[in-house]
Amino acid sequence: MIGVQEAVLSSTTTLSYRPLLAILCPATAAVLILLSSKRPNLRESWTILAGVLQFSLVASLVPTILDGKVVKCTFFETMFEGVAFGFKVDAFGLVFALTASFLWILVSFYSVGYMRALKEHAQTRYYFCFAIAIFGAVGVALSANLLSMFIFFEVLTVSTYPLVIHEQNEEALRAGHKYFAYLITAGVFLLFAIMLTYHLTGTTDFTNRGIKALAELGPAYKTTLVVLFFCFLLGFMKAAWMPFHSWLPTAMVAPTPVSSLLHAVAVVKAGVFGIVRIVCYIYGVDLMSSLGLGFVLACIAAFTMIVANLLAISQDNLKRRLAYSTINQLSYIILGAALLTSEGIRGAMLHIPFHGFMKITLFLCAGAIMVASGKKNISEMAGIGKRMPVTMLAFTICAFGMCGIPPACGFISKWFLCQGTLQAGEMVFLFVLLLASFLDVIYFFPIILTAFFKKPEGVVEGEGAAAVEVKEAPLFMLVPLTLTAIFSVLFLLDFILGLNIISFYFYRIVEVAVGNVV
Amino acid sequence: MFLGEHFPVLVVVISLFSAFTILLAGWWEKRTCLPISLATISVQLFMALYILREVVSSGEAIHYWLGGWAPPWGIEYVLDAFNAYVLVVVLFVCLLTAVFSKRSVEKELPGKVVQFYVLFQLLVTGLCGILVTGDIFNLYVFLEISSLTTYALIAAARGRALKASYNYVIFGSIGACFYLLGVGFLYAVTGSLNMHDLALLLPPLYENKVVQAAFVFFVVGTSIKMALFPLHIWQPDAYTYAPSAVSVVIAAAMSKVSIYAFIRVFFSVFTTKFLQIYVPIDTALCWVAAVAIIVGSVIAITQTNLKRMLAYSSVSQVGYIVLGVGLYSTQWGLYGALMHILNHAVTKGCLFVVAGAIIYRTGLLDIRDFAGLGKKMPFTCAAFTLAALSMIGVPPSVGFVTKLCLLAASLEAVEYGLVAVVLASTLLNLVYFWRVIERMYFVKPGREGKGAAREERAAREERAAREEKSGRKIMKDEAPVSMLIPALVLGSLCVVLGLLWLAGSATPLLPVVEQAVEGLLSTGVVK
Repeated sequence: MIGVQEAVLSSTTTLSYRPLLAILCPATAAVLILLSSKRPNLRESWTILAGVLQFSLVASLVPTILDGKVVKCTFFETMFEGVAFGFKVDAFGLVFALTASFLWILVSFYSVGYMRALKEHAQTRYYFCFAIAIFGAVGVALSANLLSMFIFFEVLTVSTYPLVIHEQNEEALRAGHKYFAYLITAGVFLLFAIMLTYHLTGTTDFTNRGIKALAELGPAYKTTLVVLFFCFLLGFMKAAWMPFHSWLPTAMVAPTPVSSLLHAVAVVKAGVFGIVRIVCYIYGVDLMSSLGLGFVLACIAAFTMIVANLLAISQDNLKRRLAYSTINQLSYIILGAALLTSEGIRGAMLHIPFHGFMKITLFLCAGAIMVASGKKNISEMAGIGKRMPVTMLAFTICAFGMCGIPPACGFISKWFLCQGTLQAGEMVFLFVLLLASFLDVIYFFPIILTAFFKKPEGVVEGEGAAAVEVKEAPLFMLVPLTLTAIFSVLFLLDFILGLNIISFYFYRIVEVAVGNVV
Repeated sequence: MFLGEHFPVLVVVISLFSAFTILLAGWWEKRTCLPISLATISVQLFMALYILREVVSSGEAIHYWLGGWAPPWGIEYVLDAFNAYVLVVVLFVCLLTAVFSKRSVEKELPGKVVQFYVLFQLLVTGLCGILVTGDIFNLYVFLEISSLTTYALIAAARGRALKASYNYVIFGSIGACFYLLGVGFLYAVTGSLNMHDLALLLPPLYENKVVQAAFVFFVVGTSIKMALFPLHIWQPDAYTYAPSAVSVVIAAAMSKVSIYAFIRVFFSVFTTKFLQIYVPIDTALCWVAAVAIIVGSVIAITQTNLKRMLAYSSVSQVGYIVLGVGLYSTQWGLYGALMHILNHAVTKGCLFVVAGAIIYRTGLLDIRDFAGLGKKMPFTCAAFTLAALSMIGVPPSVGFVTKLCLLAASLEAVEYGLVAVVLASTLLNLVYFWRVIERMYFVKPGREGKGAAREERAAREERAAREEKSGRKIMKDEAPVSMLIPALVLGSLCVVLGLLWLAGSATPLLPVVEQAVEGLLSTGVVK
């Protein structure tokens, strides 16, 4: 039935079963995890093995994409004519898939350290759901059309629920309700939008520069198109744009590895990924600007950026502050796409992996602090920089990156975003970008200040400094967060030196993607 | 093949004879009842599959004249893609119910095992009869056979089931009477009872008030039988208080057969032409269905008894099918309806099997007491989860496929209100099904235990006795294999069938429905 062969079809499309294999890695791992629930070491090796395999499979697609080709893998025509179920890997999808699958390996190691150090319950369920969630996220990245994407989208929603309510106490269960109330409702809107798109055009394929039939509908359909766009936006509540963001801070009750990979990278990035897909591959840049939707979207993003940052300042719980920072940074990506200019889209696409690497470091640090010292609130973290120097150094670097300051790669994506605003001639949004970055500084620097320069309470002047001993989190946790921090710096170095190897070819892949859509 | 020709009649006849055999054999040895019933239904299922293959491969309906009497004088059995398909679905569900019934009947109806299997087999006979016949009066006869057996089967549980059964007798009889009145009216006008013949004779009489009245009687009669809102009031009690095995078969199989009768009369006796010109009730039907979907779900949310909740969920699911029928003029409307007949049979069958298994093992009826069940009965709860996700419509389950079809159809009909209803129903289903899943897996046990029922105490004592016997504490207390098999088969089918539907014409499933829809719409006549 699945007659996929490794064969070159034409100069632009390659058929390959590698996307399917990449997806099957976490799916198989999930089954194996369930089967080996009694043997923790074996169970966790499956996760890591699947992660490595998946990443190598995804990475093996890079040369083909850099050649300007698209990798296709179609399973079957669905009952709806013109809609096939399958994968189509293009440059943009690859960016997301690379990020998610690479970070999964690191977070798997981290999870082992975290879950064992805290002696968490229901670890099999945790690893099982984690694997399914990655299955969903990479599926979203590789999908060829909206319907395939929707299926993985829902898998992602349902599989992350048990992770959010992992604690199983009253608070976690309530957070779970909120999580579902937002995300399943979003799914309903998304499904409606997809079916309406199909009804209007007869296709749901992601097409470079947008679906032609949609652009050719004519002025009579203008209202329909605007409504459709807002349905899509509501469908991508996973992107946590305001005012539909409050599920994300609530979801922070989950264990930290979940917050780090899923609620900083996989789930929320799937949301913004979807929005960029809609803007660039369903509507297309031209239709977006002729409908004036780009400006509307940019306004939503700008609003979210500023308000999220203002809210972040008032949070004392570190993870919640990071969650608001995530909401803000996601809107950078949305804004980049909404500018509808080549540099803006480049910045948006680059910000997906870059923010992923930086934010995951921050979350991993938060988890490490919790495991090593049991502290969750920023106000309690005085002097923690001396006790956990490596962790806090990584934190500092990436916090700098968040604000768009070297040496971390956040600087580059923000640079392109600013270029994008100039290219679009929208000085307002340039101002918003800079203001948001300034606000980033306001809520990140106090953390660094508290950690390094504030003396812990109850320590008497003089004797305290000597008494502080270094107590880092276990190596399983320390190494992954160090690595992600190092990568964040390397991406910047790479840009300056133009080597391209150490940065997973992100720059060149994004170059291809931008060339396709603008 | 000589024997194959006679399958349409054999599928009913062997079932009837088997019922009497069970009575005699059960007299001699109680344990023979189930094997005979299982064997019969398996043979019937084989025949149904054979018939389905024949019909689909030849592309034409099978006509069988009883006793060689040509219609319209004799009774004719007609099998086209539609009824062959429903026949397979129904027999499959009945087979799994029979497997499930082994332990549940032993426990719930001790001393009535023989009676149960005799009635059960008679019920299967009635259901098959309704499905194969091409004669509207013959259909009525089988309808009564299946109804009467159901009344008795429900009442077998005693206690409150008696009242439920009594209610059902009243409503069911009214429904059957209405149907019979419809038959009488048509016979008075045309002098024929054969569906094909009627479809040919009726067109010139479409304006006749008697014909139109007959149509109304048919619609109301079958609506009562299939528990279409607001004619559903008999249904929740009947589903809730019936013995577990009976709940499975009436919810999953019998309701489908009533729906079959509804659709059959709608399209094969009165044709689409009649519906379009003389009684344009499709919009009205859609909105009745929409109200059914919403109200059924909303009431389900307020229920705490699992079986009762499932019963109200059935009210809303029947709405889905009727909505599909109401949208028959669109490309996907009837597809959605016919697909959902299978989808709902599988999903609701699974849910009622699980409910039965939970009652068998723990005696728990109240959802609020389900905390920690996921650990105790992991496989049963897994099956429940699969079916519940399908009800919610999470892809790629069968529920998702139905939802897609109904959405496509509503969009094509430019009925945004219906689109909203279908989508809103997703959220309502989420509310009441997720509540159960959450209790099973995530709420820590011992937090909310509320009023232990008599059954629960009995189950607990029984478990304590077993613990004493084996000398260790029972942590995992899974349902017996005979209950697990149907639960897991149906549960996994919720996903597998969803994928098969989605795969469209790559699998043999969709073409069957395609042919059935064509059969219903093209001529509107059983060929």
